[in-house]
Amino acid sequence: MANEAEAAPVLSPGLKGLVSDFGSDQRAFKHVPWGKAMMWIFLLSDTFVFACFLVSYMTVRISTADPWPNPSQVFSLHIGQTNVPLLLIAIMTFILISSSGTMALAVKFGYEKNRKVTAILLVLTAMLGASFVGMQAFEWTKLIMEGVRPWTNPWGAPQFGSTFFMITGFHGTHVSIGVLFLIVMATKVIRGALDDERPGFLTGRKGRYEMVETLGLYWHFVDLVWVFIFAFFYLW
Amino acid sequence: MAHVQAQQQHPIGIYLWIWGLLFVLSAFSYLVDYVGFEGLLRWFLICLFMMLKAGLIVSIFMHMAWERMAIACAILIPPGVLLFLMGLMTLEAHYTLLARLRYFLN
Repeated sequence: MANEAEAAPVLSPGLKGLVSDFGSDQRAFKHVPWGKAMMWIFLLSDTFVFACFLVSYMTVRISTADPWPNPSQVFSLHIGQTNVPLLLIAIMTFILISSSGTMALAVKFGYEKNRKVTAILLVLTAMLGASFVGMQAFEWTKLIMEGVRPWTNPWGAPQFGSTFFMITGFHGTHVSIGVLFLIVMATKVIRGALDDERPGFLTGRKGRYEMVETLGLYWHFVDLVWVFIFAFFYLW
Repeated sequence: MAHVQAQQQHPIGIYLWIWGLLFVLSAFSYLVDYVGFEGLLRWFLICLFMMLKAGLIVSIFMHMAWERMAIACAILIPPGVLLFLMGLMTLEAHYTLLARLRYFLN
């Protein structure tokens, strides 16, 4: 197998590189480890799944003859004497962005082989993610207590409940799975499995710090999807 | 970029900057609702902040800005067809609404 150091000098950048990369033998994605390329392709397919949910939400929201409940009021929190609109959602947004920030730093320190800082940042990311899911559980509980169901709600178009539970539920599932993987990766890092290239328990793949970046891609994607949900579902 | 590495290593400052920018943009998009802008201005601002945030996350946090063009195109172009789906479903949804108003709600 030709190693990458040999191939590196001949690669041309830009559009010419695009053509020669796709026209080349064996691998089109130069400098991209296969795990990372596969994660990107998985994320591409996940993009389509989330897009299907968001487009169906758009379709039912346009086509319903009943008024759509005002998310600004539905998701407001009562603090003292005033109703603050979308407060919990705003906090959740900031928490998820912060977790993305800590994840990006974890990837950076991982490549610097700084085991301790990487592990701390991964655990921090997992904790922020878990608190996000916790807040989502709180929000679901609040809405269910107020009478929101997938087929009805007290404020207007019945489709509101079904799209809300479907979209936020699917996103929350992604966050939860991400938290599990973050804990697994943090454990690997703490044990030094990535430094020693120890084979993984399940897949038998050698440990490498690229794994942190690949997991990071997934985590940033979860944050990315939230950007669209926040804009289309909560703000629109 | 004379010596390209497979690893993505960048100074810590850029991550912190983007982190801060994402905070500011999120605050802006929250303010759109808090201040209560309506109509076209609201939609425009929501979409603008959304696209800026998405762009920053993908290009910097997910390192797409430093990847070679082959993978960037392979990943970023296909979602474009979703705009077409969106357009189709908008037409369909308006037709459904029209039918409902015409035949079911007199």
